[in-house]
Amino acid sequence: MDKLILYLQYPIARYALIVGVLIALCSSLFGVTLVLKRFSFIGDGLSHVAFGALAVASVLRLSNGMLFVLPVTVLCAVLLLRAGQNAKIKGDAAIAMLSVGALAIGYLLMNLFSTSSNLSGDVCSTLFGSYSILTLDKTDVWLCVVLSLLVVAAFILFYNRIFAVTFDEDFTRAVGLSAGAYNLMIAVIVAVIIVLAMNLVGSLLISALVIFPALSAMRLFKSFRAVTVCAAVLSVVCAAAGILISIVTETPVGSTVVAVDIAAFGLFCLIGKLKKA
Amino acid sequence: MALLTCDNLSFGYEGKALIRPLSFSVNAGDYLCIVGENGSGKTTLMRTLLGLQPPIGGKVLLDDGLRRTEIGYLPQQTRVQRDFPASVREIVLSGCQGRLGKRPFYGEEEKRRADEAMEKLGVAPLARRCYRELSGGQQQRVLLARALCATEKLLLLDEPVAGLDPMATEEMYRLIEGLNKEGTTLIMISHDMHYALGHASHILQIGSDWFYGRKADYLRSAMGRNYLRGGREGR
Ligand SMILES: Nc1ncnc2c1ncn2[C@@H]1O[C@H](COP(=O)(O)OP(=O)(O)OP(=O)(O)O)[C@@H](O)[C@H]1O
Ligand SMILES: [Mg+2]
Repeated sequence: MDKLILYLQYPIARYALIVGVLIALCSSLFGVTLVLKRFSFIGDGLSHVAFGALAVASVLRLSNGMLFVLPVTVLCAVLLLRAGQNAKIKGDAAIAMLSVGALAIGYLLMNLFSTSSNLSGDVCSTLFGSYSILTLDKTDVWLCVVLSLLVVAAFILFYNRIFAVTFDEDFTRAVGLSAGAYNLMIAVIVAVIIVLAMNLVGSLLISALVIFPALSAMRLFKSFRAVTVCAAVLSVVCAAAGILISIVTETPVGSTVVAVDIAAFGLFCLIGKLKKA
Repeated sequence: MALLTCDNLSFGYEGKALIRPLSFSVNAGDYLCIVGENGSGKTTLMRTLLGLQPPIGGKVLLDDGLRRTEIGYLPQQTRVQRDFPASVREIVLSGCQGRLGKRPFYGEEEKRRADEAMEKLGVAPLARRCYRELSGGQQQRVLLARALCATEKLLLLDEPVAGLDPMATEEMYRLIEGLNKEGTTLIMISHDMHYALGHASHILQIGSDWFYGRKADYLRSAMGRNYLRGGREGR
């Protein structure tokens, strides 16, 4: 406990907490959409792409990796969505190809060109999140804050449309709205979320951060709005708890947060069962 | 000009047309029933009319005064994911999405429409229930309420009474007719020939060949008589 208080006296630790909570908030918002649409697949693929892009950025010794990773991931999101629309099976194959390819090439590049003495440590931290988000530099922190706020704003403004295309895309198109444009928007936002979340939990654990709060909320609530609100609150609480726990126990942040999410999921399942009985 | 016109329209999948090119037009106030055997392409035709899939040839023309956002649609089956958490009210309200324009949120006007539509279809007591926990018939009514929210101008209904009990079927038909009397133009797919012949103003039969015309003409046509005879022995 003393340790916690000591740590929280550093502004950087407080910033990290804020950033972590904001990231968790964004990722939970699109959880339901991702779980229910084919996008969950795209999300997974994109996180690998982000890993590859980060590897390239580190090989090129870019001073700020995120400024490179973000556009690349967004671009891939757009491409994948296009591919997915043309033909279903081809789209899925394209995603698999791109994601596995990015993973392999990324690792290869890091191996070939890395100047770091601790290569496996570097790879591990990109895959599973840094040991601590305390290592984020100042630009990253600000970029995270701005992007998270944009994501939350976009979600609120397009809430009704997101609901509509997630529930029944055909109806949206039948009443003359452009489902394609909304899908594109969702894919782009998902890409942004993935790049953001990579800072917190690393590229392999992103799906957990996105999906667990939504799945937990769906055990208890029946309307889209209630599920969304519950997922957001749950995700924020879990992220805050996870970050604080990781400071005290000195465990890696990403996996601690995900572990707390999993525990919450278990709890919600239990409550759901009890409620039914 | 007619509300909706098909000009030499052919439709189908992967470049292969299901039937020979089709031409007909629907005027404001019409009540068109589309009939035909299972797999003859009724749903595909409706999806083509709605622009959900591109025609293979020919055109679907809408009247200048009719915007795409003024068309309501009741699908035969929604590919709603099994786990989707959505309340009845949220779904009915989503029927108003074409009315949002550039606004982000539904206003009083839309909420009133949704409440009225739910009232009309008798699903108001279910408003807070979860859609996926409703019976098939109840779900059907919710989706019709959603279509109703979209428009009073032109409704396309794909087998609206499929899965309803006799009472509910009766009620649904009465409701649909009421809409038509109030001026809504209807295009409906149905397997219920008895009903179609009783209430529709026009019939479009599709199959290996097609027929379009007023009900009386259909009854006199060779194709209509043939289909009706077959129909009595069970599809
Ligand atoms: N996605 C698809 N791809 C290829 N062919 C399809 C597809 N969907 C339907 N078909 C075929 O197109 C034909 C017409 O199907 P459609 O669903 O339009 O029939 P329908 O008249 O609505 O039948 P029902 O009375 O059973 O509803 C069928 O032979 C079907 O096998
Ligand atoms: Mg059909």
